[in-house]
Amino acid sequence: MITVNHLYKSFGDHEVLCDISEHIAPGEKVVIIGPSGSGKSTFLRCMNLLEQPTGGQIIFDGVVITEKGVDINKIRQQMGMVFQHFNLFPHLSIMENLTLAPIQLKLMSKEEANEEALNLLKLVNLSEKADTYPGQLSGGQKQRIAIVRSLMMKPKMMLFDEPTSALDPEMVGEVLGVMKGLADDGMTMAVVTHEMGFAREVATRVLFMDEGRIMEQGTPEQIFGNPQNERTKEFLSKVL
Amino acid sequence: MDWLREFIDKLIFVFIEKQRYMYIVKGLRTTVIVTLFALLLGLLIGIIVAVIRTAHDQMAESRKGGVSGVILNILNTVCRLYLTIIRGTPTMVQLLLMFFVFLASSNNKVLVAILTFGINSGAYVAEIFRSGIMSIDKGQMEAGRSLGLSYPVTMQKIILPQAIKNVLPALVNEMITLLKETSICGYIGLNELTRGGDIIRGNTFEALLPLLAVAAIYLIIVMFFTWVMSKLERRLRESDNR
Repeated sequence: MITVNHLYKSFGDHEVLCDISEHIAPGEKVVIIGPSGSGKSTFLRCMNLLEQPTGGQIIFDGVVITEKGVDINKIRQQMGMVFQHFNLFPHLSIMENLTLAPIQLKLMSKEEANEEALNLLKLVNLSEKADTYPGQLSGGQKQRIAIVRSLMMKPKMMLFDEPTSALDPEMVGEVLGVMKGLADDGMTMAVVTHEMGFAREVATRVLFMDEGRIMEQGTPEQIFGNPQNERTKEFLSKVL
Repeated sequence: MDWLREFIDKLIFVFIEKQRYMYIVKGLRTTVIVTLFALLLGLLIGIIVAVIRTAHDQMAESRKGGVSGVILNILNTVCRLYLTIIRGTPTMVQLLLMFFVFLASSNNKVLVAILTFGINSGAYVAEIFRSGIMSIDKGQMEAGRSLGLSYPVTMQKIILPQAIKNVLPALVNEMITLLKETSICGYIGLNELTRGGDIIRGNTFEALLPLLAVAAIYLIIVMFFTWVMSKLERRLRESDNR
């Protein structure tokens, strides 16, 4: 689905990502963990070029998206992204939040978009919120709407950038629940998170990142049960 | 009641006799026309300049060398030059330059005034809009772009509507300033409101009444602006109720 070759990213003199190579196959659920400042969010944001890599190559669905002249807007339509701070559009109703992009990009007519939106809202139990504004929702509701907004584009892959880090603890469950549902439906996912329970339960593979490198990776059983790298052990001893 | 009799006589002498009130009516019409069209021109220029300046500042490293990057660089330089010159010189001087130099061939004083004040106001409106755009969380742009929307569409559908709402009070301020500043049009011989009052003063040797009338009319228009905007603001705040 997505292949990353020798990815580098620096902000000025500060090197955030250093020679990252990784392949995510269709249907995989890859969870990226690591201490703050380890570059995991930057890595995720490079995948849809919200951050422009300083070096290396990213291939999505057979297209080298780091090449000049690639229509990145077309690529991003197939790669949903969910942000830590939801980033719903506060001046638009929930319905408009969901249908803006598909209608603007002429992927659906207004009627189709509205119908699709209602179907998806039903899926996350928020049908009755269609006509309200983001300001009237709780954090957990906002994040579920944000996930639905991405799904409206029928993406081939979803990127989650710490989707539960800004939530009150009692709302984490409802968001993770929606993500699990997605995973069960076979969505290809890359998730940066601090929710180790989710990583253990849902991930097909866990990457541990530190200092801009992937230090260790493996199945959740390997990483959580029998970590090899010293940094991984140290990190896990702090968070588990 | 002699003083009242006197006052009414004076009113009739100043405003009614020889239909002198027409100076004020016609002047008001000119002032409103100049303000309205200058305002529209200013908003148009302001939005374009603000978007160019922001697009330039937000341009990704990788595009700086490309054709679009070079074009944006040139546009940005032109915009900055425009802002520096317009904001760095008095409106009065700009008006005189326009009338006696740049548009000397034109006899249409209203047009000269509209262009001068539109171009002038555009510089201030541009910076107001730019501050509005910068006040929007950058997550909004990222969310729009991550859905596959282009930069211009995200700007138009997501950023600008929120930015304009945020800068509405500052825009009203600029509108008020613009309205009152058109009073210097008398210097190029345009018969706007202030000059209308001043002509009556010259004809009647009565200063207080005509100038007071002119001041009251400006005040009423400004109060009307403020009222309309507070209505509009309340409607736009609809989505903010938490």
